[in-house]
Amino acid sequence: MAFSEQRDANGVVVMAVEGQLVVANRQELKQLLQDGLDRGDRRFVLDFSSAAYIDSSGLGALVSVNRKVREAGGDLRLAGLNEDLTALFELTKLDTLFTIAATPAEALAGF
Amino acid sequence: MLRASRLPTPTQDGREHYRVEMPSDLSRVDDLIDVVVGCCFGQGEPSCRTRFRLCTVVAEAVVNAVENGNRNDPARRVTVEIEVHADHVIIGVTDEGDGYDTTTPPDPTTEDALERTSGRGLFMIRELADHVAFNDRGNTIWMTLPRC
Repeated sequence: MAFSEQRDANGVVVMAVEGQLVVANRQELKQLLQDGLDRGDRRFVLDFSSAAYIDSSGLGALVSVNRKVREAGGDLRLAGLNEDLTALFELTKLDTLFTIAATPAEALAGF
Repeated sequence: MLRASRLPTPTQDGREHYRVEMPSDLSRVDDLIDVVVGCCFGQGEPSCRTRFRLCTVVAEAVVNAVENGNRNDPARRVTVEIEVHADHVIIGVTDEGDGYDTTTPPDPTTEDALERTSGRGLFMIRELADHVAFNDRGNTIWMTLPRC
């Protein structure tokens, strides 16, 4: 299972990415986020604390779901990126597109 | 299970040369990366930064070879050659496609490109590898990385 989902006391959906977000599982993430939007959820945290790797397809999937959440009037935040993944977001300048918190707790506190 | 073949080195300069092939099947990419890391470092362990760079560039090149080069045709194969030097490795990824134009990939970091959902793979390879080259046909990419 690459993704696990929880909901905090304020109704924010926290989705943990386990291992990696790559071409093989990006569609699953997109579907999970779409399911959340269809249920009426609008606030999401993607927790990468247990993820070591994101490929360019995974980055593309994040751009896609971020746009969908934004267009639905929602807010998606990223948290728990390790040093390499932080560098990857800086390299691709996607750190300017996403709201990124150091930890899931910090991301939740910002809502 | 994927295995690398050790090839005879053309000169006696201490290089090791390996080749591994895989079908155009994205579910095999993780296996392939493990084999490549094993060829590059043997029983040693690369630094975390080197491992990340190596895994990223190999994965991006192989996925590109499967999707864009071989058009996901399982009958077509991806060949990875690994040249292990004392302080660096050179990794070549070849597909069976017709090649593509690698000269002017659009910059995915410009403001109007940030929302694009594709087009970052080659950019990431160029940024993370020390040196990148292609054959004339455009179906082989060579990437040089440190071995530390």
